[in-house]
Amino acid sequence: MRWRRARERLIETLIRLSGFSAIAIVMLIFVFLLKEGVALFRTVPLGEFLTGQRWYPISEPPGFGVFPLICGSLLVTIGAAMLSVPLGIASALFISEIARGWMKELLKAGIELFAAIPSVVLGFIGMTLLAPLIRQAFHVPTGLTALTGSITLAFMAMPTIVSITEDALTAVPRGYREAAMALGATRWQMMVRVLLPAAGSGIVAAVMLGIGRVIGETMAVMMVTGNAAVIPHTMLQPVRTLTATIAAEMGETVRGSDHYFALFAIGIVLFVITFVVNLIADRFLHREQR
Amino acid sequence: MKPTEAPKLIVQDLDLYYGDFQALKRIQMSIVSRQITALIGPSGCGKSTLLRCFNRMNDLIESVQMRGRILLDGQDIADPSLPLVTLRKRVGMVFQRPNPFPLSAFENIAFGLHLHALAAGRRIHAIVEQSLQAVGLWDRLKDRLHQPALRLSLEEQQRLCIARAMAIKPEVILLDEPCSTLDPIATGKIEELLYALKEHYTIVIVTHNMQQAARVSDTAGFLLLGELVEFGPTNRLFTNPRDPKTEAYITGRFG
Repeated sequence: MRWRRARERLIETLIRLSGFSAIAIVMLIFVFLLKEGVALFRTVPLGEFLTGQRWYPISEPPGFGVFPLICGSLLVTIGAAMLSVPLGIASALFISEIARGWMKELLKAGIELFAAIPSVVLGFIGMTLLAPLIRQAFHVPTGLTALTGSITLAFMAMPTIVSITEDALTAVPRGYREAAMALGATRWQMMVRVLLPAAGSGIVAAVMLGIGRVIGETMAVMMVTGNAAVIPHTMLQPVRTLTATIAAEMGETVRGSDHYFALFAIGIVLFVITFVVNLIADRFLHREQR
Repeated sequence: MKPTEAPKLIVQDLDLYYGDFQALKRIQMSIVSRQITALIGPSGCGKSTLLRCFNRMNDLIESVQMRGRILLDGQDIADPSLPLVTLRKRVGMVFQRPNPFPLSAFENIAFGLHLHALAAGRRIHAIVEQSLQAVGLWDRLKDRLHQPALRLSLEEQQRLCIARAMAIKPEVILLDEPCSTLDPIATGKIEELLYALKEHYTIVIVTHNMQQAARVSDTAGFLLLGELVEFGPTNRLFTNPRDPKTEAYITGRFG
């Protein structure tokens, strides 16, 4: 009896410990990021860092303006969202409401498989297949553009959006469907007027997770966006994203240099953007519940 | 009883299969307008299945096969000239578990009006009020029409579902054990409501509660293992059943 109680306590302590350590690790990462990033602002003012239009970290004098990079990230992300959200929701509706039998199983397995493709492979495909197509189709000097990045990333966000949206749709109680059908709704009306609103919070979560994946994605965008740190004016220009900048430059910086600190400061910017996205998602989820 | 009135629904030789299992066998019945017809029987006897034939809700289940005919005002409900959407507008349904949409009470009732483009603007408001009046919810809800319907009590939700079904002016209302999740007092109130509604609607109710069938219905049918054992005026069926199986059921010997 006493042995059993001791065991209970041990298990409880272990679980609590793992919970706390997860929080502690995240906090430590955040503190480290903050410490290294903020060091930059001793030499470069925050305003100049955020709104500066020149990113020339190893020129003399160096330029540490990340505005073009923020624009690049946002443009690629928004483009990817505009492609993947409607397509993803439509696919989820098709899989959960229309497809039956083998078709449904095949599509579900296909989406799972899609999620398993490493991003570098998608980047490779984007670079070798998509980029030449875009160059020819739009008669632009290079196919490595924001649009190429958006399309590639849309493929990365799709599996997340489709599978979570599909779960949300499947979780809508049968009673809602039956009620709508019994009132004489067509299948389309039932989907648009009942299912989508009822699954709303799940769909917002799906979209946010998909977008989160896009913002954080590094390898594929680095390969297909052309990496020019200039403020883009159209989708058909090369851009450079925040993530690609860190990945490309971290290997060649001197530890403790301004350039090194600047890359960490970019990390903070990314952190803030992701945090805001999550905050919006959270707001939506709670609004739905109320 | 109005014997001159033509039957609203006629069921002719209806067989229904779920895959290989025959759930309904040679059902024959006619349901009179502006009456309450109750379908009783033990669980699994096919009474809900039969009810769901009247608005073709069984179409949603892939393995279902049907033979025979159901006529609504003399027209075959499976006939392509009667679109499914029209059929379901004319034959409304209320389910066992109250299933208001996760919208406000107002939007729940307006839902069907939007679907069939029956009304717009002010007219919608009038119909919402009228429907809620009819189910006795108006006074309770008039100041919180725009609050989520899911916050209402179960009884209020069920009344709302009845109001939602009524708002599109159906001719027949099917109720599938509408009181099974309600307490006796709420059940009594819903029964009173049904009694008032039969002035305007043909009502078919499935119930496993025999007292309820005896209290509210004009005509009753007893189903057992997919067969309609007996069908006739409720008074007669409960006081002087012709079939020994009906007698055994209503006296509580099985089921």
